[in-house]
Amino acid sequence: MDRRTFNTLLGGGLIAAATPLSLRGAAAADPIKVGYVYLGPVGDFGWTYQHDVGRKEADAHFGAAQTSVYVENVPEGPDAEHVCSDLAAKGCKLIFTTSFGYMNYTLAAAKKFPAVKFEHATGYKRADNVSTYNIRFYEGRFVQGVIAGKLSKSGVAGYIGSVAVPEVVQGANAFMLGMRSINPQAKLKLILINSWYDPGKEGDAAKALIDQGCDIITQHTDSPTPLQVAESRGILAFGEATDMAKFAPKAQLTASVNVWGPYYIKRIQDVIDGTWKSGDVWGGFNAGMLKMAPFANMPDDLKALAQQTVDDISSGKNKVFVGPLVDQSGATKLAAGQTMDDGTLSGLQWLVQGIEGKLG
Amino acid sequence: MIFFLTSFVVSVMAASTPLLLAATGELVAERSGVLNLGVEGMMLVGAVTGFIVGHYTDSAALGIVGATFGGAALSAVFAVLTLTLLSNQTAAGLALTIFGRGFSSLAGAAFVGIKGPVLPRLSIPGLSDLSFFGPTLFGQDALIYGSFIILAMVWWFLNRSHAGLILRAVGDSHDAAHAIGYSVTRIRFGATLFGGAMAGLAGGYMSLAYSPLWAENMTAGRGWIALALVVFATWRAGWLLVGAYLFGAIMYLSLYVQGLGVAIPSALISALPYIVTVVVLALIARDRRRIRLNQPACLGRSFAAGT
Repeated sequence: MDRRTFNTLLGGGLIAAATPLSLRGAAAADPIKVGYVYLGPVGDFGWTYQHDVGRKEADAHFGAAQTSVYVENVPEGPDAEHVCSDLAAKGCKLIFTTSFGYMNYTLAAAKKFPAVKFEHATGYKRADNVSTYNIRFYEGRFVQGVIAGKLSKSGVAGYIGSVAVPEVVQGANAFMLGMRSINPQAKLKLILINSWYDPGKEGDAAKALIDQGCDIITQHTDSPTPLQVAESRGILAFGEATDMAKFAPKAQLTASVNVWGPYYIKRIQDVIDGTWKSGDVWGGFNAGMLKMAPFANMPDDLKALAQQTVDDISSGKNKVFVGPLVDQSGATKLAAGQTMDDGTLSGLQWLVQGIEGKLG
Repeated sequence: MIFFLTSFVVSVMAASTPLLLAATGELVAERSGVLNLGVEGMMLVGAVTGFIVGHYTDSAALGIVGATFGGAALSAVFAVLTLTLLSNQTAAGLALTIFGRGFSSLAGAAFVGIKGPVLPRLSIPGLSDLSFFGPTLFGQDALIYGSFIILAMVWWFLNRSHAGLILRAVGDSHDAAHAIGYSVTRIRFGATLFGGAMAGLAGGYMSLAYSPLWAENMTAGRGWIALALVVFATWRAGWLLVGAYLFGAIMYLSLYVQGLGVAIPSALISALPYIVTVVVLALIARDRRRIRLNQPACLGRSFAAGT
C-alpha cells in the first residue's frame, strides 16, 4: 500500500469513526438539511456558542421543514474541507462554515459540490455557490468606548486582542474613537496574545493592562477569564460575543452580543424558495445581527447615553469611521467629513491616534 | 508607583506558581531516576479533575485535592508501564502527555464555559492592607504559599533527610541501592506518584485559581517549561525557585511590554519564553561538570531486579 492510499484510508476511517458522534439530528426524506461547521465546542460560551444559538433559532423557526446537523471542534485546516464534503455528501443543501480560517477549505469543498450552497462567516472570498456574511462588530466597540470614556478615571483603557486581522483592528480603532468622543485625551493600550482562546494568557494580559493603569478593559478573545480578573481586581470590563455577566456580575458593563439566528433563517428560507444567490452581508445593529447585553454597573444617565449611541449607529446618523481620522504617527488617513467605505474598512491595517501598541 | 510595583509582583508570583509546583514534583521523580515527560498531560488531567470535583462539591479546596489525585492517578499508569512492565520511559512519558491531553478534553467537554469555584485569597486582617508587603506577602491565594512550603520541604527531604539520601542513591545507582537492600521499584513508584500529584496540583491551580474555568489544553505548554526548569536548575531545589520565577516573569513581561507600546512583533514576544528555554538549556549544557555533579546517573534507565 503506498502512502497516499494509506492516508486516504486512514482519513476516511477517521471521518467514518467520528461521524456518528459528531453529526447530530435526524435524516428525513423531505425536510431541507442544513449543516454547520464550528470552530470550538458549542459550550465555549463565546463565539461558537452564539452560532449554535442561531442554529437553534432556525430549528425552532422551521420546525419539521428543516433539519440541522453540526460538527464542532473543527480545526482551521484541511480537516475543514473533509468535514464540509462529508456534510454535503450526507445531503446538506446549505452549509454554514463559521470561522475565518475555513475560507479556502470552504471554497475547495464548494467546487466539488456545485449544487450545495455554502455560507462562510467573516471571510472575503466568494463563488457562485459561496456567500460570505459577517457582523459589524466595531459598532459595539464604539458603544463600549463611549461608556469607557465616561467611566474611566485614569483615562486609560485596555484592549486584549487576538491577532492583527482587520476585524480586531476595526474593533480597537472603534473603541478608541468612541472613548475619545467623550474624553479627547483618552488612551487605549493594546495587547495581542496570538490566540483566540487561551484562558491563562488572556488573564495574564488583563493583569498586565491593569498593572499599567487601565481601569477598564475589553477583550477580543473568547474566554471569560479577563472579566474574572477584572472582577477580582475590582475594575470594569466588557464581555465578548455573548453576555458573560454570570462570570463577573460586578465588572461587566455590557457585552457585544453576536446574533446570527435571523440571518440563518433568511438564508435557509432562500434555499427553500429557490431564491438563494451568492452575496455578501455585513450587518450590525440595524440588521439585528449585533446587540448589546443589558447595561449594568453604571449610572442611569450613562445607560441612556449608551442606548442613544446604539440608536444613532443603527439609524446611520453615526457612521463610526468618519474623518478626520489620524493614525498613530499623526498622519491624516481620512479627511474631515468623509466616511470610510466598506472596502477600505474591511482591510484596515493601521491604528488610530491614542492607541498604544503595535500590529503584527 | 508602589501600587503598580505591588500588583506587578503579585501577577508574576501567580504566573510562576504552576511552573514551580509541577517542576518540584518532577525534580523528586527525576532524582529517583524516573524521567516522566508526561508533566503536561498530568497537569491537564489535574486541571480537569480539580474543576469537576470543585464544580460538584462547590469547594475549591476539595477541587485542589481532586486535582492532586487526578495527577497522581495518571502518573500511576506511567509507573506501572515503566517500573513494573519496564517500557521505555521517554516513549511512555510522551504517550502520557498525548493521552492526558485527549482524556482531559473528553472528560471536560461538558464543563466548558461553566463557572466553577475560585480558590479564595488569604486575608490576614491588618497585614494584608500594608502598602507594598501587605498584598505581596499576605494577600495571595493559599497555594502560592503552599508552593514555597512544599519546595522547602522537598529541599530538606533531598538534602538533609536519610530517606532523601536513599532516594538519591536509587537515582544515582539503582544496582548499588538494590544490592544493599532497598526496593528500587517501590521507591521510584513513590517518587513518580509524588511527581504526578504535584503536576495535578499545578493543573488544579490553573483551573481553580489562575484562570478559574476549564478549557481544553488550558495549560498551554507550561508542563514542558516545568520539565526544562528541572534541567535549568541542574536538579537542585533552590535553583528551581529562581528558574520558576524567572520564567514566570518572562511569560508575564512578554505581555506587559506590549501594553507599553514597545515596537517588538507580538508573535516574537509570544515565543520569548520558549526561546529563553532553549538558550538557557544550551548555556547550561556547556558546563558539563555541573550537570554531571547533580544529574541522577540512572535518569531514564529501567531497573529490573536480578538482571
